[in-house]
Parts: sequence; structure tokens; C-alpha cells
Amino acid sequence: MYCPKKEIQKGLAVVIPFAILLFIFVYGFIGWSFKVSLSAWDGVIPNMKKVGFSNYVELFHSRRFNMDLWNTLFFTVLFMMICVVGGFILAYLLYSGLKAEGLFRTIYMYPLSISFIVSGVIWKWILTPSEGINKLFQMMGFNATFGWYTSTGHIGHYNVALISLVIAASWQYLGYTMAMFLAGLRGIPTQIVESAMIDGAGEFRIIRNVLLPQLKPITFSALIVLGHISLKIFDLVYAMTGAGPKFVTDFPGLYMFETTFRGNHYAEGAAISIIMLLLVALVVVPYLVSTFRKED
Amino acid sequence: MKKGLTVLLVLFCVCGLVFAQGTTETSTQKAAEKNSVEIFSWWTAGGEAEGLQAMIDVFNKKNPGVELINATVAGSAGSNAKAVLATRMQGGNPPDSFQVHAGHELIDTWVVSNHMESLTQLFKDNGWMDKFPKGVLDIVSYKGEIYSVPVNIHRSNVLWYNPQIFRKYNIQIPTTMDELFKVCETLKQNGVIAFALGDTSAWTATQLLENVILADAGPQKYLALWNGTCKWDDKDIVKALNDYAKLMNYVNPDHSAYTDMNALTAVAEGKMAMNLMGDWALGLYQQMNKKEGTDWEWTIFPGTKDSFILISDSFGLPKNVKNRENAIKWLDVCGSVEGQDAFNPIKGSIPSRLDADKSKYSDYQKKAMDDFAVKTIVPSVAHGSAISEAWVTKVNDIVNVFTSDKDVNAAIKDFQATADKYAPNN
Amino acid sequence: MIHQNKIKIFFKYFFSILFALLFIFPLLVLINTSIKPFANVSLSTMWVWEKHPTFVNYGEAARKLLPNLLNSFKLVIPVCFFSILIGSINGYFFSKFKFKGSNILFALIIFGMFIPYQSILIPLVQTLNRTKLYGKMIGLILTHTIYGLPISTLMFRNYYAEIPDELVEAGMLDSLDIWGVYRKLIIPISIPTVVVVLIWQFTSVWNDFLFAVVITQDPLVQPITVALQNLSGSQIVAWNTVMAGALLASLPTLFVYIVFGEYFVQGLLAGSVKG
Repeated sequence: MYCPKKEIQKGLAVVIPFAILLFIFVYGFIGWSFKVSLSAWDGVIPNMKKVGFSNYVELFHSRRFNMDLWNTLFFTVLFMMICVVGGFILAYLLYSGLKAEGLFRTIYMYPLSISFIVSGVIWKWILTPSEGINKLFQMMGFNATFGWYTSTGHIGHYNVALISLVIAASWQYLGYTMAMFLAGLRGIPTQIVESAMIDGAGEFRIIRNVLLPQLKPITFSALIVLGHISLKIFDLVYAMTGAGPKFVTDFPGLYMFETTFRGNHYAEGAAISIIMLLLVALVVVPYLVSTFRKED
Repeated sequence: MKKGLTVLLVLFCVCGLVFAQGTTETSTQKAAEKNSVEIFSWWTAGGEAEGLQAMIDVFNKKNPGVELINATVAGSAGSNAKAVLATRMQGGNPPDSFQVHAGHELIDTWVVSNHMESLTQLFKDNGWMDKFPKGVLDIVSYKGEIYSVPVNIHRSNVLWYNPQIFRKYNIQIPTTMDELFKVCETLKQNGVIAFALGDTSAWTATQLLENVILADAGPQKYLALWNGTCKWDDKDIVKALNDYAKLMNYVNPDHSAYTDMNALTAVAEGKMAMNLMGDWALGLYQQMNKKEGTDWEWTIFPGTKDSFILISDSFGLPKNVKNRENAIKWLDVCGSVEGQDAFNPIKGSIPSRLDADKSKYSDYQKKAMDDFAVKTIVPSVAHGSAISEAWVTKVNDIVNVFTSDKDVNAAIKDFQATADKYAPNN
Repeated sequence: MIHQNKIKIFFKYFFSILFALLFIFPLLVLINTSIKPFANVSLSTMWVWEKHPTFVNYGEAARKLLPNLLNSFKLVIPVCFFSILIGSINGYFFSKFKFKGSNILFALIIFGMFIPYQSILIPLVQTLNRTKLYGKMIGLILTHTIYGLPISTLMFRNYYAEIPDELVEAGMLDSLDIWGVYRKLIIPISIPTVVVVLIWQFTSVWNDFLFAVVITQDPLVQPITVALQNLSGSQIVAWNTVMAGALLASLPTLFVYIVFGEYFVQGLLAGSVKG
């Protein structure tokens, strides 16, 4: 690495202004949101009277917010699992050398290009309990009466309705993980695979012992990206289910939007947004730290 | 190949720079430049937009030199517009006049915070004080001053039902809550979904609840409840909550997947028997080619025959607007017979003035106008007339849970807590 | 490639096609609804393929959405341009020039791409308001450009890291300074990542709803995602028109994907995996 001081100064002269702008818009604003979250701003007129952490305390006592947190947890876990496992399966199928790979790849990836607003509307229709996909199943002879996103059933803290959102979101992001894994698979040197074949290993053996280990870094990366999407999810929920009966499909992102821009409860909204930030940081910061440590 | 791509990208960059220069002139900029007036609403589709245009045409005829800019923000039954309005008002950039639900939505948001001019003098100058029902003037007033001009009136205590289902099972139109439950029970025995509810949007359930409260407690207590003087554990209110919970047993189980439109359609298609909705449902049925008498019929929600739950859109005058004179001219049109008779027939609502030209209106509207003149006028909770937005959003949350849980005791506690916090008389 | 027998191949095709159908069927619902006349649009007819298809809805949707379509382009093109430019400058700097604290600075920049936008909505709106940029396309462009910087920087940095340092050193020996090297040597070889960042930014900005709905209100200014949501009107929704509009709104990004799909795959790999 070349490190002449003068050049670095020139570099900084160009880079720093943009960095400053970015920092204002990121860290400055986060700081501002934090300040608002400690205030009593409830209504159209700003009211910056300090009330300590009472907004946070109220939130954690609120039934709606607690449900939001559980929903976020379960949605994230399911979404990640399906996208990673499903993405790998799809990638592997393509990796196996199917004809018309371009066509399959395009089909698996086109949902990525659609806005959550659009797909939310479509899936809302498809999963309507009495008219949607249940009807198709009934025509085939199954007794399909599942409530999908209207169901208030739950297993412990897991709201059954979440599966509807998981399906819609996974449909959209499977293409992304598939692309990641496909690129990763293609990056594995063929000699390794061939020598395993010569050694007589069956296909599943090869997947397990040769391919998967090589895909660890990609999997990790994919998990981070998926995680941060699910932690701040808004558009899909807004368009598809709203908060749902008893808030079974409510998420912090939606709650924040509604409480801030419909109810004018600005301080409460700010508190929610700070908590969202902390959740994301919990996932992302360790990743960033370990990445940079690895590089050095 | 590389060179070609490079050239393409440079071209791209140039276009990018060019585009970055141009910005669309926004309506506020336009308003500032000429002799104009900017009005702000969420009437962007169907009969609403057309009706608004008709009223704008009246304005243009009366004020040929003035350019009227029709700034609209669509989506979510006005929630997007309200969010936008809040930002503009706070940013010191108010539109010259804006659409707002008559009542507390205006009062608690903009009047209390000193953003609006009083219109009492305007009403007096135009001789309007006796042209509107007193109940309506009360709703748009605060501390004795009037703050908005109501343009249209919708009624929200209307029950829509499927006449074929009623005929098939020999059902009489219910006029009390008890009769309603008997009807529901009959239908349930026969395997028919008695009551349609589409509460994807929270307000539909709240609207239903306010009707049940009105039916069981009467208009006086209803008003007292929403200004904090009546408590939620009052025996009539408790009965209403129990009735609502009971009604939920007859409602379609997947109601949270249905929008208000879906529920109305289900009734017209004969899949469900009844639905409570405001009388803008007429417009929907017309557009869908559903016929009165065969596909749907209407009556007043049981127990509320002597009341008229009002939803009204109105226009106000913010302080420090750029075109105050023209804004007042717009308000003149809003409150005039001509303006109201241009807007309402198209929109499907009725005028707020008592002296409108009835010949321009449909049969339903004529009957509604007759009722409007004599029945007790009561503001709607779900639509921002009776209570502040801040309170409504909390109420909606509680109704959401209550609709599924049917836990009356928890509801009483939760509702009272919000009343303690947000009611004006606490 | 892994040795296949006929049965295995059959199953692989079978599952691939099955999955492909599962992916396509929501699109079919979309198309079906979009060709229905309004009287036929209802939840109960969702699965019934329309017998009398009409393309009126597409015309209607196009008419209603065309101005907003142009707005989306007006938004996306400058954002992509500036994101690419600034991202590549940043990426070049951070990949080739180390100084005390450069890692921390870089990490702080990258973290910006993960923040939930809800966390900064309120102050963002207030700031745009105060700088008179609220409600204007420029405000939205600025917002998207700034929040697009982190990922653009990351992708370029990872790409440039692969380029041998000797190139830079040789340039410097040739008496080019830091930005001379950038102009003469780095830019010409940046095309692959430029394409990738372009695709990524294009699709994420084109499909954005949150910033658009919060920052722009004048329908003349709004991008197509908001206009699409707005097609829902106040009380009565013409779902057939909405679905037609949805399809139209997704065509540009779809087109980008189909044409540049391969680059995108490469880019995802390059930008996210290493480091």
C-alpha cells in the first residue's frame, strides 16, 4: 500500500466533505432522533421538554410494541432460514448444469426487481383466507381453512400469521440468496470437486463436505443483508397486512410510521426508531468488527 | 466494447447532470408567483375528484382572474395528506386552504395550536349562521368561534343488506340491537355469515363500535363519553361493549383480510348479509353496477334511527397564507348553494346547507337531507369529528385487540386510560 | 461437473420447473386482474381467468402513471450518477491509501447502509424543511444519494482492492498525483463495478417507497411507487388498474435485470462476500 502523506491529504480533501455530509445525515440525525425520543413531543407542535427515558419505559410496557419485537425475531429467523436453504437449493440446481440456465435464473430473480408495495398487494390477495389460495386447495380436495395473516393463533410468542409475510418476503429474496450461492459455487475450484468425485464420494457427500464449507463466508454475508432487511421491514407489511388483528403482523417499522405520521406522537416514534437502530446494530456491528479484524 | 461502454456512461453522466438541474415547479411555488390560490385535499379519485372539479369550475366562473391550484395527496383515506399538511404547516408553508374533517381533527390539531383564523365573521357576513344546522356549526366551532366551512355531509350510521338473503329467510329489517341479534342468530342457524366486517383499515371497526355505542347509550351519553364527562364503566357503555363483543360472533372470521370495499362487495354478492358503512358506499355500488333492490338495500343502523352520525369534509383558513383574499373567495364558494350543489350530487354526499336545490339529488340523498335537517346530529369518532387524531389512533389500537379478544373488562380499562389522557374535559 | 444419472437429472429439472412455476404464479394473478373490466374485479374472481380481457386498464394506468414514471427516471438517474461517482472516489481512496483511522472512518461510512431509515425520518424531514428542499425532487435526490453512498463505497472499495497496488505506484512514478491516477488509470477499468452499482442503486431507488412517501407530496413530483399506492384513491380502489399499473411500474427494473442479470450476480459476489 502506497502511503505518501501529501497524496493522502489530497485524497482526504475530496473524501472528507462527502463523509461529513453522510455523517450529518446518519449520525447527526440519529443523535437528533435520540434527543426527540427523550422529549415529550406528542402532537403537531414540537415540545422538547425532557422526560428522561419514560417514552422507552412506556413502549416496553406496551402490548403492541412487545408483540412487534417478538414478531421481528420470528420473522427474521424464518425468513433467513428459508432464503438461505432455499437459495442454496435453487443455486445448486442451476449449478448442476441445467439447460436454459439463463431463463431459470431470470425467473428466480425477477421478484427481486418488484417493489414491496406491488408484491404486498399481490400476496395480500393470494393469501386472503376465504378466496385466495385456500380456494385452490379446496378445489383440489383439501380442507384448507387456514387464516393466513388474519389468524390470531400463536405457538408461544410465535404468531402463526407471520408465515404469510415470510412467504411473500422469501418469494422476493430467494433470488438474491440464489445469486449469491450460485456465484459462490462457481467460485469453487473444480479440481476440488473433481478429486472428490474421483475419490468416489456421492453427490450429497460432496455437497456436505466440499461445497458447503466453501460457502461459509457467502452465507454469512447473505445473513447480514437479510437480517438488516427484516429488522427494518416496512413497505411489505404496509401494503400487505397492516398491523393485523391484535397486531399479529405488526412490526416496529410500521408502528413507528403510524404513530409518528398518523397519530403525531413524535417522541414515541423517535423512541421506536432508536430501538430499531439498536437491534440492527446488535447484528451488524459485530459483523463489521470481525470483517475489519480479519483484514488486518 | 470498452470504449463504447465508456462513451455510453459519459452520456449517462451528462444526462444525470442535466436532470439534476431541473426540478419540477411545485404547486406552492406557482401559488406564490401569480394571482392564485392553492387548495389542498385528498380528493384524487372517482366521484370525489370530479365533484371537486365541479366546485372548482364554479369558483373559476366567479373569479376569472384567479388561478386555482388543486394540490392533492392521495392514499390511505387522507393519512398521507394529513402527514404532508403537518409538515407544511409546521414549516411555515401552509396551503391557502385545506380539506379537513370537520370537528376535532381540525380543532385539536390546528385550532388549539393557533394555526387557523376564525371564520365567524365570514359566516355572519355571508348570512350563513342560519343556513346550517346548529349541530353542524357546533362541530366546527371552538370556544364560540367557527373555524371551517363544511362542504359535504356523509352519514355513517347506514346499514347495507342483501335483500335476497332477507327475503329467503323471511327476515324483518331490524330496528333495535335486540332485533339485530335475532336476525344474526337466524342467519347463523342457516349457515349464512350475518355481518360483514372489513377491518384491514382500523377505522371500519371503530366506526362499527361507535354505532353500537350510539344505539345503546343514545346521543347525549355518546357526546358525554367523547368529551370525557361520561366514564367507560357507565352501564350503558358497558352494555354497548358487550353487544359489540357479541356481534363479533356473527362476523366473518377473516375480517382482517377484508377491506371496507371487500365487505360491501361481499354483501352485494350475497356472500354475507349485512354491513355497516357510511353512505359513500352508494358510489361503490354504482361503479360496480350493483342494483338497489336486487343486490343491496339500505336502512339505518338499528337503534340509531333518530340520529345522524356525521362525517363532514370542510375547508379552513390557515393564518399567514400567501393569498388570503383568494382563499376567502374559495371559502365563499365552499359555503354557497351553488358550490355545494355542484360538488355533492357528483360525490354522492349531501350538502351541509339546509337550503340546497333538492331536485339535483338522488332519492337516497333526498331522504338523507330530510333526516339531516331534523335528526340529532352526532359527530363520528372514527372519522376525526368527535375526538382528536391522537386519541383516535389510540382508540383504533384498542378496538383492534377488542375485536379479536372480546375482553370487555380489558377494553373498559384501556379505553378509560386513553380518555384520561386525551379527553378535553379531564 | 458432478456425475449425473438420468434419474437425478430428471428430478433436478422437475424441481427446477416446479419452483419456477411457484415463482411465476403470483405474476399470473397480477396479469389476470389487470385485464379484467372493473365489474369483474373481486376477491372471488381472483382465480378465474378473465374471459373478456381488456387492455383498457393498461391505458388508464399508463395515463395516470406516466408523469410519475418520468419522475422516477428523473430521480434514479442523477442518484445513480452521483452514487457511482462519489462511491468510486471513496472506494478508490479507501482501498489504496491507508492512514491512521482509515479503517474506522470506512467502517463508520459502511455502517450507514444498515441503519433503519425510520431512525432518521423525523430529523430528515425537519432538515429538508429548513433548507427548503422538502417536497421537491432535489430533496429526494439528495436523500437517496447520501444514503446510497455507503453501499456504493463498499462495492467499489472491494473491487479496487483486487487491483494490484503496483498500478497506482506506477502511476505515481509517472508523476501523476492521487487524482490523476484515478482519472487516467482507475476510471477506465471500473466498468464492471459501475454496472453493478448502477443496477443495485437503480432497483433500490426505483422501488423505494418510504422516503418517497414521506418527502414528496405533490403528485407532480412523486415517483411511481407512491403514485401506484395512491391509485388506490380514497374509498374506492380500481384493482384492475392498480395491477396494470404495478406491472408497468416494475417493467424498467425487470428489464434491467434481464439484460444485466449476469453482471448483477458477479457484483453481489464481489461487493458483499469479500470482506
